[in-house]
Amino acid sequence: MVYRNKGFRFVMSFIMLLFVLACILPFILLISSSFTSEAALTLNGYSFIPSEFSLAAYRYIWSVKENVLRAYGMSFLITSVGTALSIVMTMLFAYPLSRKDLPGRKALSFFLFFTMLFNGGFVPTYLIYSNIFHITDTIWALIVPYLLMNAFFVIMVRTYITTNVPFEVIEAATIDGSGEFNTLVKVVVPMSKPIIGTVALMTAIAYWNNWTNGVYFIQVKRELYGIQNYLNSVLSNIAFLQTHSDPGIQITELPSVSIRMALAVIALLPILLAYPFFQKAFAKGITVGSVKG
Amino acid sequence: MKAVRLNSPGKKSTFAKLKQYLPLYVMMLPGLIYLIINNYMPMAGLLLAFKRVNYSVGLFASPWCGLQNFEYLFSSSEAFAVFRNTILYNLAFIILGNALGVFIAIALDAIHSKFFKRFSQVVILIPYLLSTVIVSYIVYAFLSGNNGFMNMTILPMLGLDTVSWYNTPEYWPVILVVVYLWMTFGYSSILYYSTLIGIDKSYYEAASVDGANVWAQIRHITIPALRPTIITLVLLAVGRICYSDFGLFYQIPMDSGLLYSTTQTIDTYVYRSLINLNDIGRSTASGFLQSILGFICVFIANTVVAKIDRESSLF
Repeated sequence: MVYRNKGFRFVMSFIMLLFVLACILPFILLISSSFTSEAALTLNGYSFIPSEFSLAAYRYIWSVKENVLRAYGMSFLITSVGTALSIVMTMLFAYPLSRKDLPGRKALSFFLFFTMLFNGGFVPTYLIYSNIFHITDTIWALIVPYLLMNAFFVIMVRTYITTNVPFEVIEAATIDGSGEFNTLVKVVVPMSKPIIGTVALMTAIAYWNNWTNGVYFIQVKRELYGIQNYLNSVLSNIAFLQTHSDPGIQITELPSVSIRMALAVIALLPILLAYPFFQKAFAKGITVGSVKG
Repeated sequence: MKAVRLNSPGKKSTFAKLKQYLPLYVMMLPGLIYLIINNYMPMAGLLLAFKRVNYSVGLFASPWCGLQNFEYLFSSSEAFAVFRNTILYNLAFIILGNALGVFIAIALDAIHSKFFKRFSQVVILIPYLLSTVIVSYIVYAFLSGNNGFMNMTILPMLGLDTVSWYNTPEYWPVILVVVYLWMTFGYSSILYYSTLIGIDKSYYEAASVDGANVWAQIRHITIPALRPTIITLVLLAVGRICYSDFGLFYQIPMDSGLLYSTTQTIDTYVYRSLINLNDIGRSTASGFLQSILGFICVFIANTVVAKIDRESSLF
């Protein structure tokens, strides 16, 4: 125990409680509203306790479940393929960089590192991917741009290998006739499991939450949308109605008040349910991957 | 650096050496190709800011036009507002975000109950885990004109008139700062807290034996211990002061045109100029300025970080 002053500890605990509530209550609002009848919502608005319980929103979503399920399927597909490719590329790049005997290692490190200092920004990136590589409206648009290899993660993994995999072990494997690929797969990867786990988790969250690539690069093939983009298009459809219809009609008069909240709950569910299982690793990923470059 | 060598390469020819390391270079090939496509080609693409882009002749074959795009950019008053918004929002985020992070870290440290301490650490990271799309739904549940919790419950309770939030730009600087803090305070608190638990507890004991009260302990033990972390985080954020989270400024205000005066930042401006207005001139010019200013800021921030704390700098 750090502070002996009981009053101080009590006040700080109380303030902490308020912040904890601030993190939980918005979700209660979301969930409660999704179970409230449309009429009660129009009368009382969103509230923390359903004033009139109803499953209408979920029943409606069930009737369009193909769309929701497909979006879910896309999210799972993109997250798993993207994370797997990303880990393979990260390992393949980090291991040679960790080898102090590799000729040209400094230049290669700089080539990677410079991308963290300077970037071309949205316009050239967008124009190059869409006009030169014609990635628009393909599944690759959701996997490749921005997310496939994170320079920061590569440096984290490289540092981990340098400090945790003794060079003697790699050398011994080489003397025993192991080729470099074999050494990487049989020696380095098993010894780097903790950092691979952290990087995989952070990458998977990045893929699961990404919606900007869908907004940038998916123009007509809406069936490629993951759950985030599906949610987003429901929101922007309503925004669209607001700007283009009679200004006297409020967006909220559309019969979709509880459905929107129910969709958000459905999109939230897997990550909230999975969170207790990966929360330790997530907190670790944050502290490992932040300050130290 | 320790000189570690495989099979004393000094005696080998360059060719033999290359052959020995060839598998390692081959391994790096996918990553190198990706960096070229995803990072280096766009860097070269910054030159588009000095061209009149014409898709029919190809991006890089388009004719040069000198500084015309920049003159055109600054012919609108919008450009200044956009750069101003970006920098002011970032300043607010840096100051309030770090102050709140330090405060919550101290609160976590002061909590007596082991369970509550653990529980708080788990819960405050949830908002950081969510995508901005989900957060925008939550914000909508509060701010929606006819159903929102603010208009239907909180404002009537206080006896105030309802507000059409998504049409009233004045409120958005506050809303966006609050949403940003809600999304990120868990992250910065956990960072600061991880530094705090490393402090030797005997300092606090010795201080309280000497009669130091809580404030003295915080001022003379906690804050000095956090200083390197604070400085590093602030400077790294200053290095990114020309950048903004596209999701926060695009998605949370639901792309509402009426709010652009207070919600438009460089990133949303560049996106909207290019995609909605197909205004390549303005978007390439402002993107170019963002990249160059961003580079200068990162460079300065890192030089300062390196001076203060070698370990924390990027280079």
